[in-house]
Amino acid sequence: MSAAFALWCVGLLLVAAAIGTAIPRRHVATPIVYGASLVASVVALAGALAALIGPAPVSTATLPLGLPWLGAHFRIDALAAFFLIVVNLGSAAASLYALGYGRHEPAPHRVLPFYPVFVAGMNLVVLADDAFTFLLSWEFMSLSSWALVMAHHRLRENVRAAYVYLVMASFGTLCLLLAFALLAGVDGAYGFEAMRVRDAGPVTAALVLTFALLGAGSKAGLVPLHVWLPLAHPAAPSHVSALMSGVMTKVAVYGFIRIVLDLLGPPEWGWSMVVLALGGITSVLGVLYALMQHDLKRLLAYHTVENIGIIFIGLGLAMAFQAYQVSWAAALALTAALFHVLNHSLFKSLLFFGSGAVLTATGERDMEHLGGLIHRMPLTAFTFLVGCVAISALPPLNGFVSEWLTFQAILQSPDLPPWGLKVLIPAVGAMLALSAALAAACFVKAFGITFLGRPRSPAAANAREVDRFSLATMFAFSGLCLLAGVLPGLVIDALAPVVGGLLGDRMPVQLDVPWLSIVPIAEARSSYNGLLIFVFITASASLAVYVIHRFASRVLRRAPPWDCGFPDPRPITQYTAGSFAQPIRRVFGTSVFLARERVDMPPPGDRRPARLTVELRDLVWDMLYVPVAGAVDATAGRLNILQFQSIRRYLSLVVAALVALLLVLAIWL
Amino acid sequence: MALIHDLVVQGGQLLLVLLMAPLLTGFVRKVKARLLRRRGAPIIQPYRDLARLLQKDVVLADNASWLFRVAPYLIFAATWVAAALVPTFATSLMFNWTADLIAIAALLGSVRFFLALAGLDIGTSFGGIGSSREMMIASLAEPAILMIVFTLALVAKSTQLSTISDFMLSSHVGVRISLGLVLVGLIIVAIAENARVPVDNPATHLELTMVHEAMVLEYSGRHLAVIELAASLKLLLYISLIACIFTPWGLVRADAGLAAYVLGSAAWVAKLAIGGALLALFETVIAKMRVFRVPTFLGAALMLGLLGTLLLFVSRSL
Repeated sequence: MSAAFALWCVGLLLVAAAIGTAIPRRHVATPIVYGASLVASVVALAGALAALIGPAPVSTATLPLGLPWLGAHFRIDALAAFFLIVVNLGSAAASLYALGYGRHEPAPHRVLPFYPVFVAGMNLVVLADDAFTFLLSWEFMSLSSWALVMAHHRLRENVRAAYVYLVMASFGTLCLLLAFALLAGVDGAYGFEAMRVRDAGPVTAALVLTFALLGAGSKAGLVPLHVWLPLAHPAAPSHVSALMSGVMTKVAVYGFIRIVLDLLGPPEWGWSMVVLALGGITSVLGVLYALMQHDLKRLLAYHTVENIGIIFIGLGLAMAFQAYQVSWAAALALTAALFHVLNHSLFKSLLFFGSGAVLTATGERDMEHLGGLIHRMPLTAFTFLVGCVAISALPPLNGFVSEWLTFQAILQSPDLPPWGLKVLIPAVGAMLALSAALAAACFVKAFGITFLGRPRSPAAANAREVDRFSLATMFAFSGLCLLAGVLPGLVIDALAPVVGGLLGDRMPVQLDVPWLSIVPIAEARSSYNGLLIFVFITASASLAVYVIHRFASRVLRRAPPWDCGFPDPRPITQYTAGSFAQPIRRVFGTSVFLARERVDMPPPGDRRPARLTVELRDLVWDMLYVPVAGAVDATAGRLNILQFQSIRRYLSLVVAALVALLLVLAIWL
Repeated sequence: MALIHDLVVQGGQLLLVLLMAPLLTGFVRKVKARLLRRRGAPIIQPYRDLARLLQKDVVLADNASWLFRVAPYLIFAATWVAAALVPTFATSLMFNWTADLIAIAALLGSVRFFLALAGLDIGTSFGGIGSSREMMIASLAEPAILMIVFTLALVAKSTQLSTISDFMLSSHVGVRISLGLVLVGLIIVAIAENARVPVDNPATHLELTMVHEAMVLEYSGRHLAVIELAASLKLLLYISLIACIFTPWGLVRADAGLAAYVLGSAAWVAKLAIGGALLALFETVIAKMRVFRVPTFLGAALMLGLLGTLLLFVSRSL
């Protein structure tokens, strides 16, 4: 696919946005806008697939937009092609889903104009080949998604979410702006080509890395910059939540890879420690936060934070290996990270679609009011279950493969010489293992409380299965989760040009391995075959069913639950989301969240109900954001006098500022 | 010819683990009973139980979903596959490379995932208590086992079980601190994963202490039989795993004669018997823990695994 072709797809999206702006309240607007987005995404997806798999020459295009002496440059290389696949796969699915889901939208005029712009913005970020276009597209993406978060603006919590998001997005863009400014240097070479050949000094490289980590990290949701994410992602309509969690965070990962591994070149090993440590902390904290939630969409959003941590662990490992020229191991680590990018975009979108279906059917996001939906919505329940198994990194689905590859990369690292890495990498491995185990607990809770058991509210008891568009989307993504899990060799081989372009090395060709196994290094060291595992489990389960039904009993009787002889039919006696997480809260939460339980037990004879209150503190928020916000507020209060000056004072201030700037420039140059 | 030979060995293992699993459970129960000066049920009692359960009707709760009916077979199939991939009497199994040690651990994770979901399906409070506690235990046991795998992989430079046991059989191993740590850690994890005393008690139906039994409380008939068989398989898997890593003697390498296979199987049965007897002895002399003491117990396993890995990162010879 040429870059010009991709731009035509973006053009089609902008036309859809124009239609959405012109006739948002008409009934035809919803199918037109989402249909056009679907067509544009599918075409772009096909083109990107062709570009990645085919013998792709790098393709560029220039539009006479943006800075007059520069123009807007676009370019597709293997890295961009891969991320275009992720973006357009996600947006195609979200558009298809929205053909059904969008009909329930109470305020379509707040969604339809911004949705195609959001998709277009994400595409443009990946396509951009100069700093100006990149930042402009990044802002397009941020602001249109902010508008989508504000779609249901009458809810107070959504307004707060949007505000926090706006502040964090501005902060992130500012950091990226500074990073690109440093990369461009004093002569203002904004094209990526010029940045690639420029050799940044160690101080500049350090600053660029810091800013890239802050800018891309805040968009991706790295702890401690994640605070906006669990507020904003659930606030948007569900198909937009899927795009924000499944795709936009990946665009941020793209930004980080583009700046650090491509434009800057692999940095010193010390930086990989920062990335690894942040990744490890992010993965564990993300899943612990997720476990404490009882709002289904917020749980999923927090879980995105965990997965971003896993991706950054892979990236950090790749940086560490590349710093010591162990390029084959770096290729393994980067492949693992990129594979997880694809996987997470698949199963997180799937789960958000599922939560949207639950929201449509019951009007509830709070798991404490759900339950028993597997009877009322069997198809949605099945696809949600597939997503849960995949995200919990259980074989034979896809989440396991990328985590397995990350573990294999960790096991290659004892030969790295620095002591810091020798101590840090095993610790990060333990954190990764811990987060994988906690993720399983988290999704047993999410699926078990929402879909199993007995309905906890009339809304859940009367839920109805959702429309065909939504179901088709969810089944398609379940299928992709299984496919990527049983045929991981295909994905790994497709990623080879991406990894090769960045690191100059690749993983061994996987499709040559007999039986479609994957072998990262050598068969004697490690191998995994998802296909055979899947076949074996299916075969032995079928065999067991057949033998038992043929030769033993096949009688089935229905009766009330046994429950040790004391069944209580009231749904209130079931385990809730809060009680399910209680043991884990006791084990981890007392230190991480300073969790405190208070039991208020009335004395005998008193007829008021007993109460259990749980207090959780978000330490990141309390110890980082509250002080910073307080300081900003106090400074703003002090500087308030500047607002009430005479015109002479203003003029003198302007002159003083000008002189100061010129002085700085004179000293610096 | 070689293919047929390999298939026979792999198929033999598949059947052997399935047939031996109830026997091992019966043996452990018998030894425990003898240690308590009871006569105990005959060793073959688990087979009788299974046969009886298979013949009985399934009594299903009114609001049980399809997941509740599918889960036992999935649990059984995944455990069986995992158990068939651990070298018992021979290292060169045909499908050994299908899953390495990390994948086997993850397969057991899948088993637990579905078991916990099944516990929540009926919506009874006992099912919930079992699932929630099981996931708490797993959240510590799973990272512990992964750290143990890391240590072994760093020693043997492979996560492939057959390579690890070949390496352990070779003379390069020597006495290593990390391996000692890992052995203790692996035993702790095995006890927790198999719901044995002191973490859980397989013999009790005392409500507040049970974890595994609480999850399967609503199962009956053939479903229960399949789940019980899966639990026996899991115990066999863990003892075989510890045996093939730390006592790999007698394991048949590739291209050996029939005599070697007989010898290998005999060695394996002997290892199972010793492992089962030690487990019974341990269970007899120790008391059940409170649930919230379990994290400390498993945390020790996690720390041992982490320590083993750290030692190896620091020096290859420790």
